[in-house]
Amino acid sequence: MYLSLSWRNLWRNKKRTIIAATSVFLAVLVAVVMRSMQNGSYAYMIRSSVKFYTGYLQVQGKGYWENRSLDRSIVIDEKQQKEILQIPHITSIVPRLEAFSLVSFEKVTKVAQITGIDPEAENNMTDLKKRLVQGNYLTDMPGGVLIAQGLANMLKIGIGDSVVLYGQGYHGVIAAARLPVAGIVKFPIAKMNNAMVFLTLTNAQNTFSAYGRITSLAIMLDNIKNQAHVYNSLSSMLGGQYTLMTWQEMMPDLVQGIELDNASGLIMLIILYIVIAFGIFGTVMMMTTERAKEFGVLVSVGMQKTRLIWVTTLETAFLAFLGAISGAVFSLPVITYFHYHPIPITGNAAPVFELLGVKPIFYFSTDPWLLINQAIVVLLIALATALYPIFFIKQLQPVQAMRS
Amino acid sequence: MPLIELKNLSKTYNTTAFPVQAVKNVNLQIKKQEFTAIVGPSGSGKTTLLNLIGGLDKPTGGSVFVEERDIATLKANELIDFRLHHIGFVFQAYNLIPVFTAKENVEFIMLLQGISKTIRDKKAVELLNAVGLGERIDSRPSQLSGGQQQRVAVARALASRPNFVLADEPTANLDSHTAESLLDLMEQLNKDYEMTFVFSTHDPRVIKRAHRVVTLEDGAIKFDVGGKN
Repeated sequence: MYLSLSWRNLWRNKKRTIIAATSVFLAVLVAVVMRSMQNGSYAYMIRSSVKFYTGYLQVQGKGYWENRSLDRSIVIDEKQQKEILQIPHITSIVPRLEAFSLVSFEKVTKVAQITGIDPEAENNMTDLKKRLVQGNYLTDMPGGVLIAQGLANMLKIGIGDSVVLYGQGYHGVIAAARLPVAGIVKFPIAKMNNAMVFLTLTNAQNTFSAYGRITSLAIMLDNIKNQAHVYNSLSSMLGGQYTLMTWQEMMPDLVQGIELDNASGLIMLIILYIVIAFGIFGTVMMMTTERAKEFGVLVSVGMQKTRLIWVTTLETAFLAFLGAISGAVFSLPVITYFHYHPIPITGNAAPVFELLGVKPIFYFSTDPWLLINQAIVVLLIALATALYPIFFIKQLQPVQAMRS
Repeated sequence: MPLIELKNLSKTYNTTAFPVQAVKNVNLQIKKQEFTAIVGPSGSGKTTLLNLIGGLDKPTGGSVFVEERDIATLKANELIDFRLHHIGFVFQAYNLIPVFTAKENVEFIMLLQGISKTIRDKKAVELLNAVGLGERIDSRPSQLSGGQQQRVAVARALASRPNFVLADEPTANLDSHTAESLLDLMEQLNKDYEMTFVFSTHDPRVIKRAHRVVTLEDGAIKFDVGGKN
């Protein structure tokens, strides 16, 4: 009967209730869509960035990140690699041997990063083959090199020409090799496009006398949410022998960019919450003050104030539920649609995304927690406004209330 | 043993301009099944006296005893419960819950008392039949006339099986015919249920029907006519 009383009280003024519930509904809808776009885009950006090169996690030699020397390279044999792949949520591992060396063709010499890769594993992770603009991929020509387009232009080198690598190998051994250009790859980031050379891992290990060694093992996961779990499993498996880096440590700029954008999104959200809080508060206040006399009568005839508070809180809860649940339900098809049909980013912003190697789109997340969280937050805000009738009823004097 | 006993009861309102003594040293005993009208001109303290008897307001002096119990000793929550179980209220403006039907309005008091649904249903219908509204149990207050609403209010007041009913100007908003019919009903209930009624009124129709008339003037009892001995 208390439920019935609250529900019916809510509909005493249909228009007002509909307006208040609609404002909650719109708040939840806007909040969910906004957060879905933000979180979805972050997840997409992170996924694209880690896929581009670093992976979610990387196993490296101790101190390698600070001082990139082949002397800090490590050995992770096939057996260990298989064990790593057994850890749940790891989808692939990509071994690399990275070194810096002089790259020469005829009279031009440049400095480049030479990366020894497992062509198939690398392609599975980074889609390197898709960046091929000329020639063949390393699977078709394992003895050759892939050279970044910018660097190739600077060296004025083409397919079939041979490039000379000259640098320092493992433990100071001189590294020198003359290798044919198998293909030319194009990177969206100029820094990479002007300084990258790829060859097979074995070829690189032989060239730099780092037999069986790698400088990093990039690790891909099925879901970013499992990163902490995998990190712990991997840490205990590897012991203190190696360093385990996360993508956050390897790409602090990306983390900072996301945090900054997220903060501005949260500020918008807080403003939205405040507007909604005042909207609901206005309704609750009117619903309370206009019934002061009725409350006075109810207390006079024997209704305990706690029961009256319960009835009025239920009214606010109904109002909030009505808006929050319908907002969450209605936002589901909206974000699902945009999840499958992301909004393309055009204009000046698009090249910025392309520069980062990320497709310029607003991607939407369909994480159910997004709906639940927003609905709960708005619900809590609405329930917080129920404090007003609580204070009002606590201080209610029946005689004065009945005179009002 | 008096059902209600007022001893040196006073109430002073401290307004900003000057203190107003609404009730002055009232001594009164009301026995069971009395049909008492408290009368007097506007501002004579009728409603204040009724509020003090009902525990809705606190006296500034003296005491109110109901069945020899000083209600001033009750805490706020206890006082609300005391009203729920011992006093029935009928207000001038009916004050029914607008979103409830007539039956639900009567039932609600029993719900507050923790009475089971089956008993509530049965009793509510019985009371509404007793006040002549058996046909209108599912009507909301807005669908009822003033007189009918006041009848529902009377049924609601009786629903808690109170020791007495306090009625503040119950006929003030009713036309003569309806007022007479309500008074008939209350007299009947007074007889059939041995219910004690205390009215505040300045309606001559009520005064004519009352068994005892207590006249207030400037907050003090001027006349007390009739009553059980």
